[in-house]
Amino acid sequence: MSALTALLVRDMRLAVRVGGGALMGVLFFLVVVTIMPFALGPDLALLKRIGPAILWLAALLASLLALDRLFASDHDDGSLDLILMSRAPLELVVAVKGLAHWLTTGLPLIIAAPLIGLFLNLDPPAEATLVLTLLVGTPALTFIGLIGAAIAVALRRGGLLLAVIVLPLTVPVLIFGVAAANAAVTGPIPFGTPFTILCALTLASLVVGPFAAAAALRQEME
Amino acid sequence: MALTDLANPSRFLRLANRAIPWLAGVTVIAFAFGINQAMVAPDDYQQGATVKIMYLHVPSAWLGMLCWGLMTLAALGTLVWRHPLADVTAKAAAPIGAAFTLLCLITGSLWGRPEWGTYWVWDARLTSELILFLLYLGVIALWRTVDDPSRAARAVAILTLVGAIDLPIIKFSVDWWNTLHQGASVFRIGGSTIYPTILLPLFVMALAFTLLFVTLVVAAMRNEIMRRRVRTLRLMQASAAS
Repeated sequence: MSALTALLVRDMRLAVRVGGGALMGVLFFLVVVTIMPFALGPDLALLKRIGPAILWLAALLASLLALDRLFASDHDDGSLDLILMSRAPLELVVAVKGLAHWLTTGLPLIIAAPLIGLFLNLDPPAEATLVLTLLVGTPALTFIGLIGAAIAVALRRGGLLLAVIVLPLTVPVLIFGVAAANAAVTGPIPFGTPFTILCALTLASLVVGPFAAAAALRQEME
Repeated sequence: MALTDLANPSRFLRLANRAIPWLAGVTVIAFAFGINQAMVAPDDYQQGATVKIMYLHVPSAWLGMLCWGLMTLAALGTLVWRHPLADVTAKAAAPIGAAFTLLCLITGSLWGRPEWGTYWVWDARLTSELILFLLYLGVIALWRTVDDPSRAARAVAILTLVGAIDLPIIKFSVDWWNTLHQGASVFRIGGSTIYPTILLPLFVMALAFTLLFVTLVVAAMRNEIMRRRVRTLRLMQASAAS
């Protein structure tokens, strides 16, 4: 088993076993979606119209959840030093940690999204496109978040700062994710236009995220 | 004089102390001339006198973006060359850039009220400018969270480089999306669409704003160097006392 596979298995095992892991993310997702009708009123027509936006917002907030511990817990117990000293390139290591984060927070949300979409009165075609946009877009949220997680690694109270740093950077993903999900149901614009831009954003973040996060880790840990 | 000569903070301080009065004087003259030009410039045939908000709004928008550009260069200076003045520049520039961006947002919303009938719309240009403001606040928050200045500088540098992606989005937002904010009208292919009698005062005001920006950044850099010296002296005092 190579070092990177071992790291992936370790990170996923930690995420699943410590603090409820994947289920906790889904639970948070469910709670956020559930409180929305309390604030907006249980108007099913309104919920149907803004449902994709609510689910995207909930996914964005849920992906922030585990992010502040992503590198910080490794930093606390010293394993980050070992990771930095290993022969595997740090960019790949960071990307693998991002992949583990997405598999344990992003993917469960996507699996749960159709069920939770029922609460928001979404019909099957809307749910299908929503799942597709989440599947394409949530990796971008994770990989942009990696940068913030790496910058805030050594801070004692990095949680709020992380949100302040990361959320403005995720705005384009949110705009085009929601635009694509809406376009398929209502919009005058074709689904393909915002969706391809969403794909481009994800691909760009897959490249920029690991490099920026690795650079931040190297600078922080000297 | 090379950039490496400025690496010595004492030399920079001497230069800054000599330059700041001159810079401040030239700024005042440029503003006097620019405001006078703006006052005598003709009103717009449609907007009337409200068009004069442009003389504050457009230069502050340019400076808000230029400041992030300067911080991006400083970030490269921090990460690549470890130039000691680069992180001082980045730290000094951030609040000033935030102030210009806020000024741009405020004047823009005051201008939007009579012309568009609303203080704020969620239009691409306005939204990306607001995000720039939030990025500034994030950078300032990060500066304040990390105790050690040189470690804070490296963390901020990476955030600055990533945030620079917002600059082209602001610039081209009016071309990429169909916005309420007007399209590019000063720097565009085929020349400006603004009549020279209004355009020339705008350039004078832009020059005045740039001079103000340079003066403020140099003064803030001087203060930051002094602040770091005080910090070092305090640390030395504390370690001598123990």
